[in-house]
This record gives sequence, structure tokens and C-alpha cells, in this order.
Amino acid sequence: MTLWWIGNIVLLLVILPVVIYLLRGVLAAATSIVPHVRTIADVAAAGSADLDSAELLLTTQRQVTETVAGLANYGGSLDVILDDAAPGAA
Amino acid sequence: MILAVAPAAVVTILAVVLIVLALVFYLVSVIVQLRRITAGLDDVIEGVGEIVTKSAPVNEVVTVINQQLDAGVELLEGLLVKKAGMADAIGLVEGMYPGAAAAGFRNMPDSENVTAPRIGEVYTRGTLTLARLGREAPIAAVTPEGPVLRNIEGGSLAARQLYPDVRHTAPEKLPRSPVIGSDAPVQYEQRDDIGAPRKRMPGGAAVAERPEPSSGADRHD
Repeated sequence: MTLWWIGNIVLLLVILPVVIYLLRGVLAAATSIVPHVRTIADVAAAGSADLDSAELLLTTQRQVTETVAGLANYGGSLDVILDDAAPGAA
Repeated sequence: MILAVAPAAVVTILAVVLIVLALVFYLVSVIVQLRRITAGLDDVIEGVGEIVTKSAPVNEVVTVINQQLDAGVELLEGLLVKKAGMADAIGLVEGMYPGAAAAGFRNMPDSENVTAPRIGEVYTRGTLTLARLGREAPIAAVTPEGPVLRNIEGGSLAARQLYPDVRHTAPEKLPRSPVIGSDAPVQYEQRDDIGAPRKRMPGGAAVAERPEPSSGADRHD
């Protein structure tokens, strides 16, 4: 009988507080994760929005190609117009 | 015995019920938070998926751009070497970009060993002036190894002194640029005949014609 009461007291004064303490810790950890996940989601959305202009790289690629083609044309014309360097200098 | 045991049993049951209630409350709260985390991670995955999708062709496009630019650089370097010669080409590049001669040209390994000539000795004064105006180049070094005559990062006085006016003195107010055009207050190409006597009257011929015989109405009898 005495042991039973001692067990009850231990259950109420030790086990129950420990269980509550541990569960509160788990809940606090889970709660603290939520805003971080929200922040990461916002950053991911912003990063995705920043990459909307990535398709302009295709325009850049086309313009670079056209520029180099024009450069090649000018270079060919200069090659015809200008004399080559003296054989000793080259 | 039964009556004596009952209070302890009640306390035990009460304690177990409290523990179970605590477990239920906190575990349900944890479940709710985990569901929020799951929803947030779904948003994260969606955003990351968009990033992956949008950035997938970037590597290929940038590679093509770099190939095109490399082709352009090789073209220009080849043309420069062909027209100016290796030594002068290295000297010109060194004059424009100090230290670039050490790297040499891309497809010309021998260019690394060429001693860059002093660009001022090779090119005319007009070329140097154009280079100064266009590129702020640190040309006209005393020797290729020596310091340049101008501060290549902040010095602009030498370039400003190229102008014939007083711009290098940094005056507070410079004369305004002249206004040109048909509405300009001063016409710089003035016609000489403005203000001079007319060579012929409006509506008539400049050459005097023989007067016709006067009619009867004009007679002064």
C-alpha cells in the first residue's frame, strides 16, 4: 500500500512533469520551424521570380551571334582594305 | 481492504488520465505544426522546382555565348596580329591594358614571350591621342617596365589638357555651345545678298525689256 502511494506520488510529481516538459520542448521545436519554412518558401519564390529574366539570355545569345557575325564581316573587310604587316614583324 | 485500496487506485487513475491528456494535447499540437511545415515545404518545393526549370537552359546558353565571344576575340586578335605584326599587336594591347602582354594572345602561345614595345614609339601622335581619348589608356610610358605617365585609375588631367580651351582648369561656367539650325539666332552661313540692293524687282525680269509703243490712253497730248 505504501509503495502504491509512493508510486502515485512519483507518477504525479515526477513522471507527469517530465512528460509535459519533453512534450513542450517538441512542440516548441516544431513551432519554431514553421516561420523558417515560410521564409525559405518566400525566398524560393523570390528566386524563381528573379529567374524570370533568364529567358532574356536567349536574346543576348542571338545578339551576340549577330554581333560576332557583323564583326567577322568588318574584319573581313579590314583584312581586304589594310595591308598586312611586314613579314619580319609578324 | 477494498475501501483502503480505493483512494490509491483513484489517484493512480487520475495521474494516468492527466498524463494521457498531456500527451494528447501536445501531440495534437505537434501534429498541427508538422502539417504547417508540410504545407510550407510544398511551397518551397514548388519554388525550387521553378528555379530548376528556369535555370536549366542557362548553362547551355551561356556556353554558346562564351563560344561566340571567344570566336570574336580570336578573330580580332588574329586580325590585329596579321595587320600590325605580333610585336606591335602586343605593344598595343599592353598599352591599352597594362599587364595584358604577359598573358599573350589565346591561340598564339609565342605571344607570351614577346617583349611589348613602347607604344609611343610605334604609333603616331594622332593614334596616341585617339587612344587617350577613347580608352583613357596609360600609354606613353617611359619604358615598358617603368611607371606610366598618367594615373590610369583616377587621372584625367592629361586627357582634358588635350582640349584647346580652358576645360582643364575646371571653370565654374563654360560658354554655351552655339545654337545651330534654321531657327538659330545667329546664322553662321549668312548670305551676302541679305541687306544688299536687290538685283531685280520682285515679279519682274532682271533684264530691261524694250518698252512697247504706248497706246492711245497713255498719250500726253
